[in-house]
Amino acid sequence: MSTTAQTSPEGLVTDHSRAVTDGAHSHGAVPGSSRAERATSFELDDFAVPTGREEEWRFSPVDRIAPLFAAGITSTGVQTTVVAAPEVTVEIVDRADARLGVAGKPGDRAAAAAWQGAQEATVVTIPANAVASQVTSVRIEGSSTDDVASAHLLVHAKEHSESIVLIDHLGATTLTQTVEVVAEAGAHVTIVAIHDWADGSVHNGAHRIAIGRDATVKHAVVTFGGDVVRVTPDATFTGPGGEVEMLGLYFADAGQHQEHRLFVDHAVEKCKSRVTYKGALQGDGAHAVWVGDVLIRANAEDTDTYELNRNLILTDGARADSVPNLEIETGLIEGAGHASATGRFDDEQLFYLRSRGIPEDEARRLVVRGFFADLIHQIGIPEIEERLLEHIEAELDELAPHELGAGK
Amino acid sequence: MSTLEIRDLHVSVETKEGAKPILRGVDLTIKSGETHAIMGPNGSGKSTLAYSIAGHPKYEITGGSVTLDGEDVLEMSVDERAVAGLFLAMQYPVEVPGVSVTNFLRTAKTALDGQAPPLRTWTKDVREAMERLRMDPSFASRSVNEGFSGGEKKRHEILQLELLQPKFAILDETDSGLDVDALRVVSEGVNRVRETTDAGVMLITHYTRILRYIKPDFVHVFVDGKIAEEGGPELAERLEEEGYDRFLTAAQAG
Repeated sequence: MSTTAQTSPEGLVTDHSRAVTDGAHSHGAVPGSSRAERATSFELDDFAVPTGREEEWRFSPVDRIAPLFAAGITSTGVQTTVVAAPEVTVEIVDRADARLGVAGKPGDRAAAAAWQGAQEATVVTIPANAVASQVTSVRIEGSSTDDVASAHLLVHAKEHSESIVLIDHLGATTLTQTVEVVAEAGAHVTIVAIHDWADGSVHNGAHRIAIGRDATVKHAVVTFGGDVVRVTPDATFTGPGGEVEMLGLYFADAGQHQEHRLFVDHAVEKCKSRVTYKGALQGDGAHAVWVGDVLIRANAEDTDTYELNRNLILTDGARADSVPNLEIETGLIEGAGHASATGRFDDEQLFYLRSRGIPEDEARRLVVRGFFADLIHQIGIPEIEERLLEHIEAELDELAPHELGAGK
Repeated sequence: MSTLEIRDLHVSVETKEGAKPILRGVDLTIKSGETHAIMGPNGSGKSTLAYSIAGHPKYEITGGSVTLDGEDVLEMSVDERAVAGLFLAMQYPVEVPGVSVTNFLRTAKTALDGQAPPLRTWTKDVREAMERLRMDPSFASRSVNEGFSGGEKKRHEILQLELLQPKFAILDETDSGLDVDALRVVSEGVNRVRETTDAGVMLITHYTRILRYIKPDFVHVFVDGKIAEEGGPELAERLEEEGYDRFLTAAQAG
């Protein structure tokens, strides 16, 4: 289903925890075929150049992303700098390295172009049983939007390791990128990817995450800057007992397209996934897309999954599309549910706060901060928490007071 | 000594069928230290009066005036009215997810006073006010009104009344939906404010029940968008015995 500013704030909430039948289950306008049947391939030619009518591109401005569909994007137009925790190793390896491509295959043309294009990759390895004593910081910096670039990063969390990896994206770019995360048995890894590109930037980020037996992955995507940012995190459980928490925070301004398409593949039993994405939108043509596909395969008994997307529309002219999609092929699950809601900035909240003497501008900040508070807390890294709050404040500064209460 | 003066107030709301008049010429004067009960049947416009004074955007003032010590309240923004000394305890306070009660109270107090309250005394004031209203300390860290029971919401409104110390408090059906224990706690809170400050109170209610705990100085019967009868506390007693039938019949005949 497509949720826009016009939808009721109650949105859509479904509880599938008592689902007893098998078969595909989803709401609203949904692709005809199961997510399980969606093509994946390392070969660029296996994906036709998107026209915008394909399910995975139907919300995207394909004309603006078109440079990322080309063959032979071999430029390394971005610079990758890693400041690693002392326990962590960093290598630059050739694309032929056997460790690459382990977390799954590309799921669309831009992802395949990223795989084909990148001639080398940055590999961050957290050795078995190592507990990283500090955050490993990966900085991916672009210098120009003219140069069409590809990049590949692998975070390899070996058995029972514990680590936090922060991936910062900044500068100007036209980039198609692969981020692979391989969490081996019992590993605990937190990945935070912050997209704060300069104006004019176009970025497709294909994140592929493999979660091994009893491994725990926290994966957070933050999207602020860039004209078009499309991130497609695919998480696949490869052993029982795995857990993934996928978090997302975005703030779309006038003219920005921010798209987050998630896929959680419950391919094995006894795994748990939680997805929480929240975004604020303001200004003419601000567009956010969230698609959350969850597939519970027939053998994935005792699965526990819940996904949620909330959008807060601050002004007229912004649009949010929110599509949760749950396919359940076994009834023997712990729980499965999803919720999606897109709400306008609430005039009643504003009235309540203002009736206590709080000026309009401050009342608005309180509400937006409150909207993101839990989510920022869930990311759980104090330095990043601070940064995100500051960034949200700065976004709010850009909004002229007269644009407020447009829906009154 | 302050005076809240409402003169010939006319208010409409926008409906699908066009503007619908709700208030049809309300006259009411409240002075500091006075408690006025506004009573009347459902749909008579009591809440509209409350929200119009507070400045809710849904209500359009089509005539008349509201002044606070001569200052034109209707010209003020919602927050300016609060700073001027008006407070509305709402019947259905809204949830503000992610904003803690502590943060909310401090932000409001700071906005009203123009400066942050001294941390140590403020924390103590909040704690003590919560104790008096029999609110669990954990309340302070919860999000404003989120998941609050009906009784908790009303206590939270009265907590604000006690801490923010307005010149005039409008209580919109604060009694509705409360059990007797909660009604007593909430009423005690209102009475403390009456005793310790010089606040004028406009107590809007459908029922006479709350008037056993909060004794009004004046009672106004509201029918069909205006005041149909005024008197002292004895009028409330009469209403308790007779109900509103007498007024409704008169309004229909008129």
